[in-house]
Amino acid sequence: MTSSEALVRYVLALGDDALIAAQRMGEWIARAPQIEEDVALGNIALDLLGQGRMLLTYAGSLQDPALTEDDLAYFRDERGFLNVQLVEREHGGDFGVAIARLLFLSTYLHELYGRLVDSTDPTLAAVAAKAVKEVAYHHDHARMWALRLGDGTELSHARMQAAVDAEWPYVEELFDASHADEALVRDGVAVDPGALRQPWTRRVTEVLTEATLTVPTVEAAVTGGRRGIHSTRMGYLLAEMQHIARSHPGATW
Amino acid sequence: MSEGAARRIARGDWPLFEVFVRAKRGLSHVHVGSLHAPDAEMALRNARDIYTRRQEGVSLWVVRAADITASSPEEKDAFFDPAADKIYRHPTFYDIPEGVEHL
Repeated sequence: MTSSEALVRYVLALGDDALIAAQRMGEWIARAPQIEEDVALGNIALDLLGQGRMLLTYAGSLQDPALTEDDLAYFRDERGFLNVQLVEREHGGDFGVAIARLLFLSTYLHELYGRLVDSTDPTLAAVAAKAVKEVAYHHDHARMWALRLGDGTELSHARMQAAVDAEWPYVEELFDASHADEALVRDGVAVDPGALRQPWTRRVTEVLTEATLTVPTVEAAVTGGRRGIHSTRMGYLLAEMQHIARSHPGATW
Repeated sequence: MSEGAARRIARGDWPLFEVFVRAKRGLSHVHVGSLHAPDAEMALRNARDIYTRRQEGVSLWVVRAADITASSPEEKDAFFDPAADKIYRHPTFYDIPEGVEHL
């Protein structure tokens, strides 16, 4: 892999994580427990979408011929997406699952962007500088809810624990070393995904413990998102996200 | 979260909070609306999402609506009308000395 190919794959994966997480999170609009939460989750989804757009625009500009963010978001097939499977999983209408997912993802993104602000790639550093404040708020929101649901009623505790247990196996993929080419890490362009594991575990353990939840000890799931291997539900997500752009190519509004 | 164990956050069970936003330093907090939240901490965050989306503020207050003691419409006459004919309460009976620019 040439260094520019490696950079494209790295940026695509970051952009796809944000884009697919945004698409899933958007499903909560009008379905959250209260209208205030619709707005909160909608804001978070839009933050993630904004990050995805910046990253995909950059990834597209690195390619020859150059591609636009829309080319990448709407006209790539499933195998071309490099997001982790964590973000494509369904919430199943379970608010606890949405919160567990958001806690895991936002902790990871906060650690990641917090390091990427020092990237030797000026575009990545600039995207990270904007995004790090956004994901700090996402983390705060997820933490607030995890504390209230975990340390709430017997029912909310049980459901929050079940959600944490269900999402946990998909966390390991966030630290998949193959995501960032060694040369990119050495040159200070990319962040070594493995370096995020320890701070991630410390922060998530803190929140779960305060929420009276148990840190799961389940095995990691077999995944492959960084290689374009996705679960069944990814196809449905893409169909919903892409069908208008594909049915009416070039349409504007 | 010590007092959290018994916290109830069932749907529709959330108390109402009134939201106050300070637009910038030096201005007072102004009432902008209300929202529901399970507790004050979450109310602050909901207020951030609903009332400061377009950089409307630099500071937020939330107060439980139930904690506000308000004058009632029936008391309006007794409360406010007696002030109507006390024009001497307005500082309008002074001649401004010449040369005073900022008064």
